[in-house]
Amino acid sequence: MELLDFARGPALAFGLVVFVVGSLWRLAGVLLLPRMRDLSPARDGAPPAPLAALRTVLRRMWPRKEFAQATLFPTINSYVFHLGLALVVFGLAPHILFIRSLTGLTWPGLPSNLVYGVGVITLASLFAALARRLGHPVLRLLSHSGDYVSWLLTTLPVVTGLLATSHLGARYETLLAIHILSISALLVWFPFGKLMHAVLFVFSRGATGMRFSHRGVNV
Amino acid sequence: MTETMQLGDMLRRRGISRRALLKYASYMASLMALPPSVAGAMAEGLAKARRQAVIWLSFQECTGCTESLTRSFSPSLEELIFDFISLDYHHTLQAASGEAAEAARRQSMRENQSKYLVVVDGSVPTADGGVYSMIAGRTNMDVLAETVEHAAAVIAVGTCASFGGLPEADPNPTGAVPITKLVTGKPVINIPGCPPLPQAMAGTLTHFLSFGTLPELDALHRPRAFFGETIHDRCYRRSFYERGLFAKSFDDDGARQGWCLYELGCKGPVTYNACASLKWNGAVSFPIQSGHGCIGCSEPRFWDRGGLYKPLSAGTADVRKLIGIAAVAGVALGAGAAALARQRRASTSATEQ
Repeated sequence: MELLDFARGPALAFGLVVFVVGSLWRLAGVLLLPRMRDLSPARDGAPPAPLAALRTVLRRMWPRKEFAQATLFPTINSYVFHLGLALVVFGLAPHILFIRSLTGLTWPGLPSNLVYGVGVITLASLFAALARRLGHPVLRLLSHSGDYVSWLLTTLPVVTGLLATSHLGARYETLLAIHILSISALLVWFPFGKLMHAVLFVFSRGATGMRFSHRGVNV
Repeated sequence: MTETMQLGDMLRRRGISRRALLKYASYMASLMALPPSVAGAMAEGLAKARRQAVIWLSFQECTGCTESLTRSFSPSLEELIFDFISLDYHHTLQAASGEAAEAARRQSMRENQSKYLVVVDGSVPTADGGVYSMIAGRTNMDVLAETVEHAAAVIAVGTCASFGGLPEADPNPTGAVPITKLVTGKPVINIPGCPPLPQAMAGTLTHFLSFGTLPELDALHRPRAFFGETIHDRCYRRSFYERGLFAKSFDDDGARQGWCLYELGCKGPVTYNACASLKWNGAVSFPIQSGHGCIGCSEPRFWDRGGLYKPLSAGTADVRKLIGIAAVAGVALGAGAAALARQRRASTSATEQ
């Protein structure tokens, strides 16, 4: 079995299975946890809980005015690589075909060259995020190996995808195989590291919004 | 049998001028990515070449390779070079049959010891002692071992001989193996394809006749000149791939406008061959131009690599059922973890009270 066959076959299947088991395990585990009951009555004018949750999910998409200046670079940089990753993952035709093969869903793709350009910007942004993490004394202190693994496993598919597209460094099939293997590694790691925030952020923000709103705090 | 006549003499007799031979040598040199200065030496070498003894062994194959190589579209110098070789044994083309044919093979081997070329077409069955393909009461393994023993080089023509091909496809009931698995101590060159490009065969022969050596090969023993680039690299539909324009079904509007066939399972990006640049039938067309994606026929195990019509970026295994089971398992694990947490909380509350 050649490397590409291994990557497209058992490696990808393994990654997908671990991703689904792990993600649902964590999600169901969190959502079914016993909740602290708030026995106090809601403050006057407090919006209904779902609305409060939604408002906080959206409100926290951008920092408060007081913190805007201090967090301007990480905020903008985070937007750049998050949107970049979304465009690359959901915009490139081969990626859409991969998703279609699993879910049956499809949508029009973006021009490959455009996605390539977005990929380059995303990669630069990811390196900027790493440089900030390493250069900021507090952030460095807060970081642990898991954060660097998350960064590495997010960056590797971008790097290998760009190399495969531009045929740099090795034969295309080898680069494609490495790209798929890097995605499999990302899928395996996803539920168990901080990358799970891609799913959990909605629930954590929503829960915070509901609790604070109940107490009359505008978040 | 091998004669003393030189190729130059034969070409002159057939009205081919030295200028035409030089032009052909220049064409072949450029095709094989050799420096322009080599063309002269190649023409000289070709002109002085003696008739080359060739023994062609056909094993587990469909004769498509022979059809491809012998039915050239129009009379060409390549055809004349094929005429010039002394094809001393070939099941489809030889006049002799039975014991006479086997005797011709042995005679050629004796008379041209260490000089003759062995061309093999088809894979070799090895299961159950190799009984699944016999010639004159002997297994293919026996015939191959005997024939290559004193050969100058071995050329495996077609994907079956080069990589096992269709006979080797899962579950490979005959235990088919490629020639490289059985031949050791001899130079082996693979010219894969189902069928292979005639130019690749002609180029290899021309190189051997001119210089007495085999051309530069890649890691899979293929002539780098013909198998150095992917179909995708040279495909005229490539620009549509870059623009993200893909045909959605065979012969739809997009396909007719030349849009990329990637979504229809084209394996061009991982297939090394010269179909897109040299094309077929006198450079008229090639499969992608006819609206069908490349099936990757010049690559090992092309039949077992996840379906001919499955896009390259999709996984090869059907994991939907597996993912369903994984989802149920994940939710069950999560529910179990939450239940344990609830149980712990209840017992903690009871202790506190």
